[in-house]
Amino acid sequence: MTTGPWLEVRDLTVRFGSLVALDHVSLAVARGERRGIIGPNGAGKTTLFNTIAGEVASSAGGVVLAGRDITRLPPHRRASLGMARTFQTTMLCPRLTVLENVILSLAALRPVRRQFLVPLGRYRGLRDEALALLGQVGLDGRAAWPVRMLGHGEQRQVEILLALAQRPAVLLLDEPTAGLAAQDAALVTAMLREHSRDATIVLIEHDMEFVFDVVERITVLHYGRIVAEGTPEEIRAHETVREIYLGGAL
Amino acid sequence: MTGRRAVLAAAAVGAAVVAAAVPSLGLPQYYISLLTQTWIFGIAAMSLDLLVGFTGLVSFAQAAFFGTSAYMIAVLATQYHLVAFWPALGIALGTTAALAALFGLLALRGEGVTFIIITLALNEIVWGLAYQWVSVSGGDNGIAGFVRPPVFGLDLSGTAAFYRFTLAALLVCLALLAAIVRSPFGLVLRGVRDRPRRMAALGYAVQAFRYAAFVIAAVFTGVAGVLFAYYNEFVGPVNLSLDTAVQILIMVILGGVGTLLGPLAGAAVVVFVSNALSNLTQRWELILGAIYVAILLFARGGLVGIGHRVARVLGAATRGAGPAARPVMSPPPGGRGEP
Repeated sequence: MTTGPWLEVRDLTVRFGSLVALDHVSLAVARGERRGIIGPNGAGKTTLFNTIAGEVASSAGGVVLAGRDITRLPPHRRASLGMARTFQTTMLCPRLTVLENVILSLAALRPVRRQFLVPLGRYRGLRDEALALLGQVGLDGRAAWPVRMLGHGEQRQVEILLALAQRPAVLLLDEPTAGLAAQDAALVTAMLREHSRDATIVLIEHDMEFVFDVVERITVLHYGRIVAEGTPEEIRAHETVREIYLGGAL
Repeated sequence: MTGRRAVLAAAAVGAAVVAAAVPSLGLPQYYISLLTQTWIFGIAAMSLDLLVGFTGLVSFAQAAFFGTSAYMIAVLATQYHLVAFWPALGIALGTTAALAALFGLLALRGEGVTFIIITLALNEIVWGLAYQWVSVSGGDNGIAGFVRPPVFGLDLSGTAAFYRFTLAALLVCLALLAAIVRSPFGLVLRGVRDRPRRMAALGYAVQAFRYAAFVIAAVFTGVAGVLFAYYNEFVGPVNLSLDTAVQILIMVILGGVGTLLGPLAGAAVVVFVSNALSNLTQRWELILGAIYVAILLFARGGLVGIGHRVARVLGAATRGAGPAARPVMSPPPGGRGEP
């Protein structure tokens, strides 16, 4: 077991042309911690996520997962090392069924994914496992539905389920309740609370109530820089944060 | 096995038996030849469907693989006196796989339209090579002077015998492709088609899966090329021209992308209609083009899509007032069509 931070972002800088999206950002998340990342639009939250997940290359600095430098690894290799994520706008395979989407998540890190002559139906265990996961969030009745026919809230639930199904070492959640109606957001929140108890989570969120409620520590980004970090109470009380982000609303 | 699957399996076996019996029905040789061509191009179209319909890659390089296999058979027979079927088939498919392994590396550097353009260019290169490397390919004259070898001791020189042989090859290819599509690997391909970014985030090496599909599709198309060389006992540059590439793609789209059997039906339509029209008028390509455009505009989903719609209308009519109880897990009504 590593004693240092579980997920570490070291002095990360990302430039798009002359725009500095992330400016020497450092972040250390302990194992089992739930970290929130907040900041106004354009602060670099999603860029930070995409860099941690490997979709965006860093200009300088690096990312370390469980003591291993993953800075140069492509997204799928990071996923195989235990990094799972959700996307800000739901990203599921729309023409596949809900069950097939979950099976794809389960099969991703197993040799079965390369099995190319045995029918999928032969893998009963995989199917049962996927159905059980769907059952845990009350979506087993939707298993045979093409994903595109689900409502927004349900799609978001499936999106999160795909990430949870892999029992990830680190779970990156990009605004899990964004764009959802109140009752759907409540559903997603409940689901996260119930099913991700031991996961290490890094979460971007706009919904302040949700963030302060769910996470243990918060990092505040502004113009690509970290301007504050602390417990929700400390962040609430932080002068600069109140000025630039919360607008004195709290 | 559910009742529906049993019915489908019975229908498939029945169709295969009927198809095998066709030469004994006293049909003119002309039609048997057209059906033979249908089975051959059906293999090519189904294999391209693995790319277009299941992996989301539109390739114009399929004629290059079709033609390379065909040329290999001709070159082996005429210049190396290698006429035995199995060794020739092995070398032809091996060469095609190697070519696809190279082309895949190049073409998959691009996505979407870039991928299409690269495959198109690669196909043109192979065509140019066949056209100009006269000492090997015979240039514009192509290569003649080889005949169908016996396979398993069966004489394939007759129209009926070769017809049955291509039918058997079609069924083997169909079975293999259907198995691939239904396998976990096939599900991954469909995931890659739908959302490559999501698949990468789940841990799939998206490019490796695309690459595998590209090579597999090329080898199956190579089987079609081998059969076509034996069918004509001649190969020429037209067999690996862009015309052929487009024709195979049209069969896929016409029949219904992502359905395997649809492209087979598409192959039948293209083979029969183009032959019928060319008997009637010199401007047959113009009419054929208009038919393609009409189907693309008014019948999205191709022939299979039309079939689904007819079945739905008939189903609604026979069900009448009281709709049958739906199983708990079935999707809501009217859910089949694409948005």
